[in-house]
Amino acid sequence: MDLNTVTGYRRARTRADLALGPGERILGGGTWLYSEPQLDTTGLVDLTTMGWAPLTRTDEGLSIAATCTIAELLAHPDRPPLAVECANALLASSTIWTVATVGGNVCRAFAAAGMVALCAALDGVALVWAPSGGGRHDYRIPVAELATGNGTTSLAPGEVLRALEIPARVLAARTAFRKIALAELGRSGAVLTGRVDPGGEAVFVITAATASPTVLRYPALPGAAALRADVDAAVGYYTDPLGSADWRRQVSGVLLEEIRQELA
Amino acid sequence: MKFSINGVAGSGEPQPGQCLRTFLRDQEHFEVKKGCDAGDCGACSVLVDGALVRSCLYPAVRADGAEITTVSGLGTPEDLHPMQQAFVDHFGFQCGFCTAGMIVAASTLDSTDDLPRRMKGNLCRCTGYRSVRQAIEAGVRGDPPRPAPGCGVGDSPNPPAARRVVTGTEPYTFDLAVPGSLHLRVLAAPHAHARIRSIDTSAAEAVPGVVLVLTHENTPQERYSTGRHEHREDDPDDTRMLDDVVRHVGQRVAAVVAESVAAAEAGCRALVVDYEVLPAVVDPEEARRPGAPLLHPDRTPADRVDEAGRNVVLAVHGGHGGDVDAALAASAHTVSGTWRTSRVSHAQLETHGAIGWLEDDGRLVLRASTQVPFLTRLELARLFGLPEDRVRVHTARVGGGFGGKQEIFAEDLVGWAVLRTGRPVSYELSRTDEFQRTSVRHPMRVGVTLGSTADGVLTAMKVDVLSDTGAYGNHSRGVLFHAIAESVSVYRCPVKHVDAEVVYTNTVPSGAFRGYGLGQVILGVESAMDELAIELGLDPFELRRRNVVRDGDPLLVAQHAEPEPDLVWGSYGLDQCLDLAEEALARGNGVEPPPGWRVGEGMALALITTVPPFGHVAHAAIHLEPDGTYRVDVGTVEFGNGSQTVFTQIVASTLNTTVDRIVLRVADTDAVAYDTGAFASAGTAVAGKALHGAALDLRAQILSRADGVLERDGVRTAAGLVPFAEIGPLTGTGAEFGEQRSLSSNVHAVRVAVRPETGEVRILQSVHAADAGTVMNPEQCRGQVEGGVAQGIGSALYEEVLIGEHGEVLNPVFRTYRVPQMADIPDTEVYFATTSDTLGPYGAKSMSESPYNPVAPAIGNAIRRALGARPYEQPFSRDRVWRLTQPRIMEP
Ligand SMILES: Cc1cc2nc3c(=O)[nH]c(=O)nc-3n(C[C@@H](O)[C@@H](O)[C@H](O)COP(=O)(O)OP(=O)(O)OC[C@H]3O[C@@H](n4cnc5c(N)ncnc54)[C@H](O)[C@@H]3O)c2cc1C
Ligand code: FES
Ligand code: FES
Repeated sequence: MDLNTVTGYRRARTRADLALGPGERILGGGTWLYSEPQLDTTGLVDLTTMGWAPLTRTDEGLSIAATCTIAELLAHPDRPPLAVECANALLASSTIWTVATVGGNVCRAFAAAGMVALCAALDGVALVWAPSGGGRHDYRIPVAELATGNGTTSLAPGEVLRALEIPARVLAARTAFRKIALAELGRSGAVLTGRVDPGGEAVFVITAATASPTVLRYPALPGAAALRADVDAAVGYYTDPLGSADWRRQVSGVLLEEIRQELA
Repeated sequence: MKFSINGVAGSGEPQPGQCLRTFLRDQEHFEVKKGCDAGDCGACSVLVDGALVRSCLYPAVRADGAEITTVSGLGTPEDLHPMQQAFVDHFGFQCGFCTAGMIVAASTLDSTDDLPRRMKGNLCRCTGYRSVRQAIEAGVRGDPPRPAPGCGVGDSPNPPAARRVVTGTEPYTFDLAVPGSLHLRVLAAPHAHARIRSIDTSAAEAVPGVVLVLTHENTPQERYSTGRHEHREDDPDDTRMLDDVVRHVGQRVAAVVAESVAAAEAGCRALVVDYEVLPAVVDPEEARRPGAPLLHPDRTPADRVDEAGRNVVLAVHGGHGGDVDAALAASAHTVSGTWRTSRVSHAQLETHGAIGWLEDDGRLVLRASTQVPFLTRLELARLFGLPEDRVRVHTARVGGGFGGKQEIFAEDLVGWAVLRTGRPVSYELSRTDEFQRTSVRHPMRVGVTLGSTADGVLTAMKVDVLSDTGAYGNHSRGVLFHAIAESVSVYRCPVKHVDAEVVYTNTVPSGAFRGYGLGQVILGVESAMDELAIELGLDPFELRRRNVVRDGDPLLVAQHAEPEPDLVWGSYGLDQCLDLAEEALARGNGVEPPPGWRVGEGMALALITTVPPFGHVAHAAIHLEPDGTYRVDVGTVEFGNGSQTVFTQIVASTLNTTVDRIVLRVADTDAVAYDTGAFASAGTAVAGKALHGAALDLRAQILSRADGVLERDGVRTAAGLVPFAEIGPLTGTGAEFGEQRSLSSNVHAVRVAVRPETGEVRILQSVHAADAGTVMNPEQCRGQVEGGVAQGIGSALYEEVLIGEHGEVLNPVFRTYRVPQMADIPDTEVYFATTSDTLGPYGAKSMSESPYNPVAPAIGNAIRRALGARPYEQPFSRDRVWRLTQPRIMEP
């Protein structure tokens, strides 16, 4: 929709351009920003003109630029495991993937953010650029901790997500995935992932059902009862138009058990 | 910046925050539609440098240097793109408002694997997707065009507008450049109940571009109802254009008229309103208890508010046949339950709105998205103190209605603003406005108790209904009366009793919705019938057969011991519908449930009158031109119901001509003397009948001038062909007053699989049998049934407008309000009874609203039989269905 309060549009080309003035906001793909009124926004700073390579492979793993679109991520030969499943878990269809950025999805940090699910499942880490001046430094933080609630992050004003880094050690892991919503392809009510690393360590992650990611780690694949107990004990199940808290907890338990069996 | 649109170079400077959708429309590319303006519906899809994007989410400045392709760039009416051709051939649209975006999206597909997932972002509210899916499959395959269909009654010609709709060249309400138009926007109330102490408009008036601010102090004070009927006394006069009391969150507080939308919005934000917040009531049960806050304490029965002192608009209490409790006590079997239905949004893809201007002679003209242009004119003339002939209301093609446009939600403000400014004014509602400020389906609580003999013959029936009309009473009375009509009269039962009330609450108003109240009570009655069948160990079809009215039986509602005199069995097809649905379900379709899921079958029936009570008027005229063209004037609106197609078929058949010789002028108060409107499925049964009368009249006149056989080019006489130039011009006229009403019936049956641990419900087989009398256009009629079934599935399993504790709508966007996607709607086997109605034109009956009504109870009954536990609250969403398996868990 038209953002009628916006009177300025800057295309960022250097890091200095990312210093935000009053009322200015970072524009990723814009697929969320343009989908709701943004009455407190008077200026947009377009990040997609920074010219960042969408996805780079290093010895440490994968580095996904914040501006990498979801479509670019999926089309890349080095795309990480679970990327397709996590993209499909979005209500946003492939029409939106051509524009929406991975970074925008993570920074918007809805509980149902598929890219948060992806990063949390793979121990992804966010590289955050602090605003220049002010004495703050760039830093790294696990994505599962960056997403603090349904639509909230730990990012301070002016901080920009530069990239999402996936460690090399998880790229060879075995993974499994489940998603459920109140409608077959609807906005996720629960997204469940499971990962067993080559060393046997197991990580299960609940997103969408809990307000922020719930990461359950085990030295080896747990038994059904242990996993279910941890799912039931997890905090942050919530009720909104896309599902009730009790149902979210229930389906998380059922579908994580399916994942556990699949990975056994 | 420079760009090209459909190969034509252009330049222009978008606003910094403007999206591509409005920028393209600024360039008069009106084929780019708006269903949501939020990325959820796909109606605005275009290609930017070959990539599919949603133009409502795409920053316009990013289109610098881009090549943009819209649906009009894919093909033209004369030279269709294969995908456009396929949408024509497979009837892949009804209102057609989703079609531009749907075709652009489909044109990018190279395979139809996993089609529901690929198309999940494109919503269609009308079709139920089967025809869309078939069109896309044919388009991707590149099927050759279908041979030209016949054009008479019983054939399946395409809608006359088909080639324009699929190329984006058929205009809808706002697809018109009105130079110098002002824009109107509305400030929404933040409180569920408050008195406005004052509104300071000075800051708003000082916003550059603001021309006029409207408040309750400078608008007509008279009360009216947004709901419109043939008789204005059907609805309570409880609404003011702008009131000094707000009664629901989102109600209009003031309107700002400005040179741009941005200025109008800024003006709204600059208004300073001083509210005295009042206690509010959002629960209908509480609303009628003593001491509850009163919404309209000063209204009286003269305003059609029966008991304002307990928030009751209408109460119906009564029965016949004796004491119902005694009859129940004496019955061999009794069952009872209480069902609840949710608020449902019509979600027509085209939002409400109107554009108005003054003609040179000062006549007020409104082009509105409405189902009722004539009724709107009447009420506005009254409100503005103008003679009726000083107001003209017309529509372009309307992008869906479903009852939601049998209301005045924009025309009043626009008309008044035009009169005040003398300038054109346009007001287009947003999707969120639709949820907060138009209307929803009446939520109801329906208690049903049935008694029967040991053989399953009904002995007593007791129905208790509480309907919630929200803050205003538009349609509250009519919906309540209808709710307890055919739902109850469809069964022969010696003792019937009803207690029904409709109350005000401080929530978004309810209004007319497909089925008009019937579906809510049918949920209760048909679910109770199913429970009775289970109790008796009897087949549910058989139980219905033992108890339904038979041909010629009187139709008895509870509160009257005599049938309404204008009801006649013009035809009877309920028996056939029961047989057809039962046979189809028994045949099965081979679809297996997933392992571990439980399976259940369910059915339900629905009866509906073909015309609303107390008259429904239509006039029609056909003018024969000397060149053999028939110019047809009908008052009723085309909004996806297919009435225009049926009109051309009636004219083609009666006057033995072809569609290319027929020119329609519809939905304009200038076109004919009067027409009640396009609601209650009256398009075919009433307007079609008036038109048939006009055609027969004209035919007789033609043949009186030249005695012979009427042909396309003249009259074949013994002396040879007499061309029309020697006969015409002539005019035939017809009128229909809806003085008698017949009955249509529908039976829906499903087999579902349910996964108990998650509450997932999958429809394995969906069967619908309909008695539409003579089926005028089989493809179109099938589409109406499928669309009604799809909406029924939406209401049964997914859709719910949620209200927060302060009365606010919690999910006023498609992101969180779940309109069914392609993946949610299975194909439905559609069967038609073979009957011919003595009342309808060519023996036809109406078939737009009714397929919706039996769907939810059929699905609920199937879930009951799969799980052994009955769902009582609609929608039967996954969380609720799962909770049925957890007896001790309460709702959070
Ligand atoms: C139809 C539809 C369906 C959707 N379904 C889902 C869904 O199922 N789940 C879900 O989670 N979301 C969903 N969304 C919302 C949203 O998350 C996605 O549109 C998308 O992922 C946002 O990415 P973007 O690049 O377009 O972000 P933008 O809209 O550009 O930005 C989103 C927010 O993040 C900020 N931002 C963007 N990039 C950065 C950065 N690098 N550093 C700091 N801040 C930044 C912006 O300022 C803004 O506040 C949906 C949106 C639509 C239109
Ligand atoms: S209008 Fe753009 S997606 Fe609905
Ligand atoms: S035809 Fe698809 S929305 Fe009307």
